[in-house]
Amino acid sequence: MYYLWVFLIGGLICMLGQVLIIYTNITSARILVTFVLFGVILEAFGIFDPISAFARAGINVPIVGFGASLAKGAIGAVKAKGLVGAFTGGLEATAGGIAAAVLFAFIFALIFSSKTKK
Amino acid sequence: MDDKKRNEAYNKYVKAKIPKTRPWPSLFYSFLVGGIICCLGQGINDLILLAFPNLAEQTAWGYTLIVLIFIASFLTGIGVYDKIGKFAGGGSIVPITGFSNSITSPALEFKHEGVIYGICVKMFTIAGPVIVVGIVSSIVVGLIYLFI
Amino acid sequence: MSKSQTIVFKNKPVIIGSYSIVGPKEGKGNFGPYFNYVMKDDRFGENSYEKAEKKMLESAIVGAIEDAKIKPKDVQLLLSGDLLNQIISSSYAARNFDVSFLGLFGACSTMAESLAVGASFIDSKHFQKVVCTTSSHFSTAERQFRFPLELGNQRPPASQWTVTGAGATVLSSTGKGPKITMATFGKVIDYGVNDVNDMGAAMAPSAMDTMLAHFKDTNTTPDDYDLIVTGDLGKLGSEILIDLMEYNGIKLGLNYNDCGQMYFTRNQNTLSGGSGCGCSATVFNSFIISKLRKGELKKVLFMPTGALMSTTAAQQGETIPGVCHAVVIESDVQNEIKKEKTLRINVKNKKTTKAFSSNITYSSEDLNKIKEENLNSNINLEDNVEKPNDKSGEEE
Repeated sequence: MYYLWVFLIGGLICMLGQVLIIYTNITSARILVTFVLFGVILEAFGIFDPISAFARAGINVPIVGFGASLAKGAIGAVKAKGLVGAFTGGLEATAGGIAAAVLFAFIFALIFSSKTKK
Repeated sequence: MDDKKRNEAYNKYVKAKIPKTRPWPSLFYSFLVGGIICCLGQGINDLILLAFPNLAEQTAWGYTLIVLIFIASFLTGIGVYDKIGKFAGGGSIVPITGFSNSITSPALEFKHEGVIYGICVKMFTIAGPVIVVGIVSSIVVGLIYLFI
Repeated sequence: MSKSQTIVFKNKPVIIGSYSIVGPKEGKGNFGPYFNYVMKDDRFGENSYEKAEKKMLESAIVGAIEDAKIKPKDVQLLLSGDLLNQIISSSYAARNFDVSFLGLFGACSTMAESLAVGASFIDSKHFQKVVCTTSSHFSTAERQFRFPLELGNQRPPASQWTVTGAGATVLSSTGKGPKITMATFGKVIDYGVNDVNDMGAAMAPSAMDTMLAHFKDTNTTPDDYDLIVTGDLGKLGSEILIDLMEYNGIKLGLNYNDCGQMYFTRNQNTLSGGSGCGCSATVFNSFIISKLRKGELKKVLFMPTGALMSTTAAQQGETIPGVCHAVVIESDVQNEIKKEKTLRINVKNKKTTKAFSSNITYSSEDLNKIKEENLNSNINLEDNVEKPNDKSGEEE
């Protein structure tokens, strides 16, 4: 049953992105930035985890989750290591995603090339 | 009519004249595709947890995102992701797959400028700001938590 | 302030050769049958789109020279421009020709600019054979001005589709063919539009300015022309131009149309229509010239517009300046053929505002009447006529 929640919350967040596209004409880079910031703020105020508990992938798959893990990593590391944690924590928590994106982009760029839109 | 007033009047006129997209179909598609991508993520996560039951939740999410990023990157490479994006809009930009697409697509595009100056340099032309803003804001949050 | 922007040529330059080459998508558009060559593949056998554009331009130049039945060594001057930084397609293509080269940049207005400059050289008897050419490519323009091709983003409704194509014209001091009789050099006009996705609105004021100057300088009215054609204002831009001209007391009738608007069919998803240097260049060198040669069009006012923007300036918050050059081409065919008219396509967006209100909007009844009239007089752009109840393409 929780797939329904995943679908609803995930869809809703994406639709919010579409609302921004239609009414403010912003580009995809700005949308991604906006949502990452949104995730950081949610996590900073401790709202992210309660939502994540029932929305699961619905909020972890959108880039909001990426922002939240940045903030979560920084907060956790600050508590464990002090000042240096603020600098290391965020990237540590999201290193997997960034590294994967870079690696796959690199590999596929070597294999494929872009095609004209029809 | 001086130039500034003229320009304002003209811009106002253009704004009224510009064709509007009917919002509902695109909102619906973005909801649908966004929801499906999230469900796909949940499915992958469940499968990973099924296969490796003693993984920590956080680690399982890490693998899930890597798989999603791989799929999106591959779809971008074979030229499918932009077609999904064309009708899904926000539905395929907001999920982590959109992040992956925004890194892979410039890498593909600038392939002919060479591996270093093409692929490596241009890779972050779109996703760069996301990483910068993410890191800066996470440090700020970390510092705030340090002092409270 | 009553200086003239218009040159009336005494030794009228003759268009003795023309050639157009387009991409596969353009070949499926409304002008498909008129083009000399339709590429099967956007890359044209090259490994990058930039190289493909260069090759396209070379083929257009060679094709036009062949069409003119002259030898490459007879050409004395090559005038060319394109959209890429440092107009690389033009200058790199010019490497392969043993001919003097002048690079021009007028963004999408380059075709008229090169024709006007070339005609001036011939009129002044400094040169006898001049090739005027320009090109654009969807994929090179897209990566320079917008986003990577594979990025999954949506195109805003006012955005246009850069035409993949190149066109070349050979001008000569002697010979048979349509003649360039006048040219109006436009001013750079900026009405403060800063939406890079809405080039039509940014360029329409420059078209208005040049058109007003042209009518004033030459003492003509829109009725003196069989066809008044702008380059790539698109659906939105040409509607704006019609409103702007009406605001200035000149009514553009059915003989006005826009290459970008006519270029693609409704279901090709190009939103506001075609754009780019290639848009006006390919239409001019195929459709318009063939009609002029047959005498089906007697007098054409060809006035493509160009948006003189760069991504750097746009990111710094600059508004988009536009420029528009006009040339008048007259047919040399004498026989009287029943005057044909080209239908104005889009009547969909009837919204008018107080600032630049137009007095006349076409109702669907009027449109049907117009259509009937035109069908009776054998119009040849019939497939462009928008059916009032055609709803396809409104989505997106």
